[in-house]
Amino acid sequence: MKELLVDLLGNELLVYVLMAFVPLLWILPFALFAVWWERKIAAHMQDRLGPMRTGGWHGWAQTIADILKLIQKEDIIPTAADRLLFSLAPFVVFIGAYTAFAAIPFSAAYVGTEINIGLFYIIAVSSFVVIGLLMAGWSSNNKWSLFGAMRSAAQVVSYEIPIALTLLAVVMIVGSFDLQEINRAQSGSILNWFIFQKFPLLFAAALIYFVASLAEVNRTPFDIPEAESELVAGYHTEYGGMKFALFFLAEYANMFAVSIIAATVFLGGWNSPFGEALSGPLWGVFWVLSKSMGFVFVQMWLRWTLPRLRVDQLMYVGWKVLIPFSFVIILGVGFWVLLEG
Amino acid sequence: MEAVAEKPLTIPGFPRPLKNHEMIVNMGPQHPSTHGVLRLELIVDGEVIVDMIPHIGYLHRCFEKHAEYMSNYQQVIPYCDRMDYIAAMSNDLGYAIACETMLGIKVPERVEYIRVIMAELQRIASHLLAIGTFGMDIGAFTPFLYCFRDRERILDLFEQTCGARLLYNYIWIGGLSHDVPPDFAGKVADFCTSFKPTIKELNSLLTHNKIFVERTAHVGVLQADVAVNYGASGPVLRGSGVEWDLRRNDPYSIYDRFEFDIPVGRGEVGTVGDCWDRYIVRVREMEQSLRILEQAIGQIPEGNVQSAIPKRIRPDSADLYVRTETPKGELGYYIVADGTTSPSRVKVRPPTFVNLSILPAMSRGAMIADVIAILGSIDIVLGEVDR
Repeated sequence: MKELLVDLLGNELLVYVLMAFVPLLWILPFALFAVWWERKIAAHMQDRLGPMRTGGWHGWAQTIADILKLIQKEDIIPTAADRLLFSLAPFVVFIGAYTAFAAIPFSAAYVGTEINIGLFYIIAVSSFVVIGLLMAGWSSNNKWSLFGAMRSAAQVVSYEIPIALTLLAVVMIVGSFDLQEINRAQSGSILNWFIFQKFPLLFAAALIYFVASLAEVNRTPFDIPEAESELVAGYHTEYGGMKFALFFLAEYANMFAVSIIAATVFLGGWNSPFGEALSGPLWGVFWVLSKSMGFVFVQMWLRWTLPRLRVDQLMYVGWKVLIPFSFVIILGVGFWVLLEG
Repeated sequence: MEAVAEKPLTIPGFPRPLKNHEMIVNMGPQHPSTHGVLRLELIVDGEVIVDMIPHIGYLHRCFEKHAEYMSNYQQVIPYCDRMDYIAAMSNDLGYAIACETMLGIKVPERVEYIRVIMAELQRIASHLLAIGTFGMDIGAFTPFLYCFRDRERILDLFEQTCGARLLYNYIWIGGLSHDVPPDFAGKVADFCTSFKPTIKELNSLLTHNKIFVERTAHVGVLQADVAVNYGASGPVLRGSGVEWDLRRNDPYSIYDRFEFDIPVGRGEVGTVGDCWDRYIVRVREMEQSLRILEQAIGQIPEGNVQSAIPKRIRPDSADLYVRTETPKGELGYYIVADGTTSPSRVKVRPPTFVNLSILPAMSRGAMIADVIAILGSIDIVLGEVDR
């Protein structure tokens, strides 16, 4: 794809700038849709209808109206806040979420940057989000925000370990950090998807990855950094207008990022579930997006079903349940790979 | 709180001691989980509560003073509505019984039955709200809306009867403001049959949810002796395993005619007297209220609901204390009459005010998230705490 564009435009720098905007073309509509979708899912689970008026058909324009409202809001910075950090934090959080999309393959023919350490890179840049959250919590000069920031720092750091370990199990089998390589290793039939291989080790790995990814993106039952019934809104309590919208956008971008990684690593990515039928670069986009949307749906489903864990119970689940099991999986997969030669 | 303890932390090999402050955090009066305008001053060490001071009075509306300045006894009832606005019927019932005892009025049988039906429907409505908001405090949003859906049906029944959905002014001294609509008994029976599945739904969605149990079992344990010493009542007292219900222990109205059990906390998933026990007592009380309703609707006699309403209320000089079991606990009215048409003094013993006073004792050593759970399990209404 890059070569094609270079040929077309004749300027490599311009192509890079252009390519940098491609994920935004997906993230923005996705966030607009996902917010509306989540409200609809929540409403139908709760015997309600959700937004029904704005835009006519089932309130489809509700989030667009929300964004328009947020844009018009006065940009308030609390007097006692650290102005620089306060203004910077939402961008840092969003950059952390956004840069991950550079290495995510949307199809056999399209990946922003085809680097051979794609998975490693995504894990690394998504840790960037923590810095932004800490900045937001600290600079707000609000004790509740600080609680939220400290909680999220502890949470994201501890849950990155099971995420990295479970992904490592797949990396050991493929022998590469390249996400396209991982995709290609799962082509052929549906049974080649890693979730069905080395049963039950990789199945358990997929489960652990999914649970830990919920914590990584602060979704229920691990939404304690922003626990609205305890901390009001956690680290973004003091934010309003577009800065708040950026946090929101980053949250949905992150939700999608962890889902598409789950789809790529465990569910065959852009591979069709019917072997060679319905495959190809464009079908690939369809398959990977629908698989990740499935994960996003499950995230929403859980959010409107489960209560929230307490902060010490969250640490317990992370360190004493998920991490030991991830190590067992790594060990098991390692021996399996070794024995197969 | 000027003197917050400062404990220096010395680390071997580190030149000077590190400062180790406890932090004061203000929870409320504007906070999503304080159930109104309650302000909690939390002294925390990290996330652990060292001490807590509840500040109340943000919703003080001089109920007792207003009662003295009303020109007659009947005019106090709308103010009673506004105390525990989640269970206005129960407040009115207590006041009406107090005035009737003072005047020596015997109300018609029909009135007694309708009052019991209203009070039990109100108990279910109040517990639904308590359970729903408790779930929301723990982080489960969906049960809240299921509870509200069914509470709405009870409010519809009230609306059909007296036109109001929240503040009814329905139970009058010596009678009722309106008779019930023609097919009221049938509608209550419909509600009873269709409400039972909701309790099952609630149990599978919330009560036995692993995370919910983790968050509420062994949390905010209130021993029975502590509960009695603080004067706790209602589900808070029964959650600690004390079988004390004024409908049984000091019967008023016609409660001695009905069969019902008094659920108590037994520590099924944790310790006796923890948040889960207080929660499950409310769930089971709804089932018992349904039993009372089913017995009562079959027996409503014919009659005039306003025949015993006195033309003029002027009790002799007297004072008396009458207590009833509202959904929140023991609601007591101490009324002093001085021979005029208005009360000389109306002192209220609000159940939630007394129950709230145990909160600091239960919260010490817990975490911030636990305080929310404990507060939710006490089920306070600030209108009644502050009056």
